[in-house]
Amino acid sequence: MAQLIVNGKQQEVNLPINVAELIKENKVFQPEMVSVQLNEEFLNREDWINTSLKEGDVIDFLYFMGGGSN
Amino acid sequence: MFELSETDIERYSRHILLADVGVEGQEKISSGRVLIIGAGGLGAPVSLYLAAAGVGTIGIADADTVDLSNLQRQICHFTKDIGRPKVLSAKEKIEAINPNVKVVTYQEYIDSKNILDIIRDYDFIVDGTDNFPIKFLINDACVMAEKPFSHGGILRFEGQTFTHVPGSACYRCLFGFPPPPNAVPTCSQAGVLGAIAGMLGTIQAAETLKFLTGVGELLTNKLLRFDAKTMRFDTIKTKKSKQCPVCGEHPTVTTLIDYEQTVCDLASHKK
Repeated sequence: MAQLIVNGKQQEVNLPINVAELIKENKVFQPEMVSVQLNEEFLNREDWINTSLKEGDVIDFLYFMGGGSN
Repeated sequence: MFELSETDIERYSRHILLADVGVEGQEKISSGRVLIIGAGGLGAPVSLYLAAAGVGTIGIADADTVDLSNLQRQICHFTKDIGRPKVLSAKEKIEAINPNVKVVTYQEYIDSKNILDIIRDYDFIVDGTDNFPIKFLINDACVMAEKPFSHGGILRFEGQTFTHVPGSACYRCLFGFPPPPNAVPTCSQAGVLGAIAGMLGTIQAAETLKFLTGVGELLTNKLLRFDAKTMRFDTIKTKKSKQCPVCGEHPTVTTLIDYEQTVCDLASHKK
């Protein structure tokens, strides 16, 4: 077990878990529209599957947003 | 530097009263040159507030004409403007609010060929566009030309924004590469609550004025986002990424790229 901070909220997860698994477990809406920040740093999409999470990690899911002119 | 007249001092008195702004700050605003790309949901409130604030020169770029479906949120365009070029409709409103402002219009699509020439003349750029190819283009051009800009995005009930200045995290530090075409809904596909455009646009306008006056702390190295359904705002700390494709240690994006737009975006652009 480990405590993570996901989108600002504390979350308990079973280890081992990688970023791709966390996205699946959290049923993140439209993962193709998501950019992941791990401990304030951008994480390449290709690295989601081989990035294991550990106690205290801070994960934010950022969404691409358009909007504006049209 | 611009010198304020007596009527200017009255017009901008509520700025001048602010200890952090004062006459000096207002003169900086009145000497400022700001380019707004996109005269739509975000560009509209940004242009109106910057006009009211007395920004010296406002450039406004948009190739589109006003459509009936724009009026729900693009508050600088009125019913009578349907069918008119957005840049002319916006220019008219800016001048009606404040005839001191010089307005420069660019009624054209912004692409890799013209963007550097257009942004060159400005102190600050506001991204008020709605699609990802142009958002990445604005980012890359501003990073390469060392121009500060405000990024803005809105969708459904949500908005997000950050400010980039040379050396701070850029759009690619946060998002890398554009999402696959068709994966991301824009306003024209997913809808947006009209007032969200005002909420986000006025944040961008405030960032612009903070940049021009040097007051406060910009939204650099952070992303502000809100969800109007709960009215929760949060700020995520971000960092300039060493692996960033455009501003990192080994950049792979070294020339400007015109990414392909989705079919839907193209249709809605009436190209």
